[in-house]
Amino acid sequence: MESGISFWQYLAGHFNYIVVIILMMTGLYIVIATGNMVKKLVGLGVFQTAVFQLYITMGKVAGGQPPILESAHESAPPEASAAAVEHGASQAVEQASAAMANAAPHTEIVAQASVSIAQNMDDVLVNGVLYSNPLPHVLILTAIVVGVATLAVGLALVVRIREAYGTIEEDELQEAHYQQAKGAST
Amino acid sequence: MTGEFLTPVDAFTVIDLIFMMMLVVVGIAIVRLKDLFAVVMLSGVYSLVSAAWFVSLDAVDVAFTEAAVGAGISTVLMLGAMLLTARRAAPTKPARHWVALIVVCATGAALIYATVDMPSFGDPLSAPNAYVGLEYLKRTVPDTGVSNAVSSVLASYRGYDTFGETTVILTAGLGVILILGLGGPAVIRKKAAPAKSKTSKAEQDASAHHVVLRVVSKLMIPIIIVYGAYVQFHGDFGPGGGFQAGLIIASAIILYALIFGIEAAKEAVPPSLVRLGAALGVLIYGGVGVMNLMLGGQFLDYNTLNPAHPTHGQELGIMFVEIGVLVTVASVMLIIFYGFTSRQPDISDKDW
Repeated sequence: MESGISFWQYLAGHFNYIVVIILMMTGLYIVIATGNMVKKLVGLGVFQTAVFQLYITMGKVAGGQPPILESAHESAPPEASAAAVEHGASQAVEQASAAMANAAPHTEIVAQASVSIAQNMDDVLVNGVLYSNPLPHVLILTAIVVGVATLAVGLALVVRIREAYGTIEEDELQEAHYQQAKGAST
Repeated sequence: MTGEFLTPVDAFTVIDLIFMMMLVVVGIAIVRLKDLFAVVMLSGVYSLVSAAWFVSLDAVDVAFTEAAVGAGISTVLMLGAMLLTARRAAPTKPARHWVALIVVCATGAALIYATVDMPSFGDPLSAPNAYVGLEYLKRTVPDTGVSNAVSSVLASYRGYDTFGETTVILTAGLGVILILGLGGPAVIRKKAAPAKSKTSKAEQDASAHHVVLRVVSKLMIPIIIVYGAYVQFHGDFGPGGGFQAGLIIASAIILYALIFGIEAAKEAVPPSLVRLGAALGVLIYGGVGVMNLMLGGQFLDYNTLNPAHPTHGQELGIMFVEIGVLVTVASVMLIIFYGFTSRQPDISDKDW
């Protein structure tokens, strides 16, 4: 923003974050402003989904495609040579690791590990194709399922609170709890 | 790194904007409504719209999961909890709304100020996109032979994380069991005969006018389960995997329970089987890891399963691990559902 980019260019590059923050704050508002516990959990769900959206928008690559790699057999003719090289390389890796497997299993995989940061557009292509980042997808995919499981625990607690106190409104609940405590002490 | 990339403004931007506006409208509607049925339904709509947006953002696996969870299971759970608790949210004091508004505005302003440091939307060279995610994309096919990078990262590169998350799901299922009870007797067969005749009589009255639902769902349920199996085993090559398949299969059984009654569902999929399954899935996942240890490798190092062809070992390991995830996820979703329905007072159609 400070390096000569206009406000509109900044907005075009960051509108996703702004809207996601608005959604996140909507969820937070529901959590704070309502006393009903089921609605509070819905608000938490809205907040949670906004966090998912934050991660997924960060992993989006403009002009990219979903991170399902075109395998060597399916790739288009113009990329055939590159794909063939890649395929050959993968076979070579496979054979090499097969040969080394008896002597020193799995060390060669570790030895290959030299992760570098891509500096220009050619580095980010995989076999000539641009993909979106799979890592946020993995993190969020599991988080969604964990989210529904924990939501169920929350709802179960709400059901038990209702059975114990006869209400799920925060104010009435505090009153009922106070009455119970008073009854117990006297 | 953010300085050079300018996000292109094209048709996709317009689509993203439309989805975002829909989400904001639904969010504000949720804030304003007091009727809990409408709130819960709108939260399902919110999830479904965000699933559609995830497709536009190339996150097809996430969209799959969000659609199955948001529009399916979590909506059913919230409706169940709503029926057991209250139908309307009581209005709160106006002062509380002002406090909430002030807190939300302050937090939101701080977060929007922080977006200045964030990478531009769609920047391929941004810090999250240019580093480890890209490396996974480049190495997935040579290392694992799996073309869906999400599956390989989920089950192989980050297998530890996923093992932990599967265990968290099992723990949540155990938590629901502890809070709400086991969801019915383990041995359902002895009780089945009298219970069945009772419910079927009650059901005949209730569902006489649900003929279309019954016929259509009877046709759909097998297809949903077969589709779940497809999603499971095609997860290496397309969007899908154990989490999605587990949710889809669980929602097929929940649909069966909703249409044909909980007793019929418990007869088809007994609670004891579901309880066994939840633990069995984690056992399968951990068992693969222990097997790798015994074969001389590291925990969840699938190369040891087939030392001559490490990629085949990877494919095999990913397949077993995904089966473990499927079994645990489907079982825990049903444990939760059975837990809620065991508390359910009988709902007559008048309540709806």
